[in-house]
Amino acid sequence: MIKQLSMALVLLGAVGFAAQAAAEDVVSLRGHTDLEQESAAPELKHYQKDGEPITRDYVQQPPLIPHKIDGYWIDHKSNKCLSCHSWANYKEAGATKISQTHFEDRDKHVLANVSARRYFCTQCHVPQVEAPPLVENTFKPITAISGK
Amino acid sequence: MTENSSTECKGLLCGLWRALRRPSLRYSLGTLTVVGFVAGIIFWGGFNTAMEMTNNEEFCISCHEMEQNVFREYQDTIHYANRTGVRATCPDCHVPKEWHHKVVRKIQATNELFHKVMGTIDTPEKFEAKRLELAENVWRAMKKTDSRECRNCHDYDSMDFTAQGRRAMNRHSVGLEEGQTCIDCHKGIAHRLPDMHEVDPTIVVGQR
Repeated sequence: MIKQLSMALVLLGAVGFAAQAAAEDVVSLRGHTDLEQESAAPELKHYQKDGEPITRDYVQQPPLIPHKIDGYWIDHKSNKCLSCHSWANYKEAGATKISQTHFEDRDKHVLANVSARRYFCTQCHVPQVEAPPLVENTFKPITAISGK
Repeated sequence: MTENSSTECKGLLCGLWRALRRPSLRYSLGTLTVVGFVAGIIFWGGFNTAMEMTNNEEFCISCHEMEQNVFREYQDTIHYANRTGVRATCPDCHVPKEWHHKVVRKIQATNELFHKVMGTIDTPEKFEAKRLELAENVWRAMKKTDSRECRNCHDYDSMDFTAQGRRAMNRHSVGLEEGQTCIDCHKGIAHRLPDMHEVDPTIVVGQR
């Protein structure tokens, strides 16, 4: 009985020690900054002001936005992106027109206008900043698309 | 007027008219001129000062209709805050700088006082329902004046296209050639756009 009890105590102690060790490895999003101190803010990134279309890196990648979109408003009353990228306006604006796939509902029925599920451009299309990757990765673009 | 006609005059207005028409017997021409001149300066200065008091942001947003709708939207835009710290306040865009255009606009504004009293846009819902009409009024006025208020700061002649982005340079060159005015393209830059289904169906989803 006493043997069993001491075994249990040793086991409990071991588990407790392991948990403590694991806790030391955990780092909050705040980093190692103390709770009472303010961490230094990361440098602000600036969106690329204007540029040529960016080559896609993989099949079915939503094309990236090669320009700033500050103040571009998208709601049920208007969509600033469409003032250049809609089929009616792209030629005059010299912009890329939105894909035909944006005129389909989820059952692949073709609609007369942009489908509501494809209306909020920035859900998939995003502007770019010149920034190093946040985590190391081994991603390589597909040669068939990028030529690299 | 002769003495005969004065006896016929009985009404208050008629008496006043008579007094105004009669040459002064008590004051010299010099006194009248100097007093008139000084009174003129005070009146003119007072008039313009009073008008300028109605010509600043503080006055505009003293009405909740402006403060809670258009002013708050404008705070998110580049005309409110930007890297160089130049701000265009309400009257910079909505009241002409030249005196006589300004007075005309101020007279038109009495209609806005009427609608303030009537509470035409005194809730967000009412404002939203009227937004298209209000926006179209401003667009029409700017189109008519060739975007005069924009050009107080944004002058085509002093615009260096080469310093602009690729897209802006292209569009501005075309715009200049075709005689377009600022508001033709730059709608909804300082305030939210109204429902654009009727104005430009190419930039809205669905059909009505």
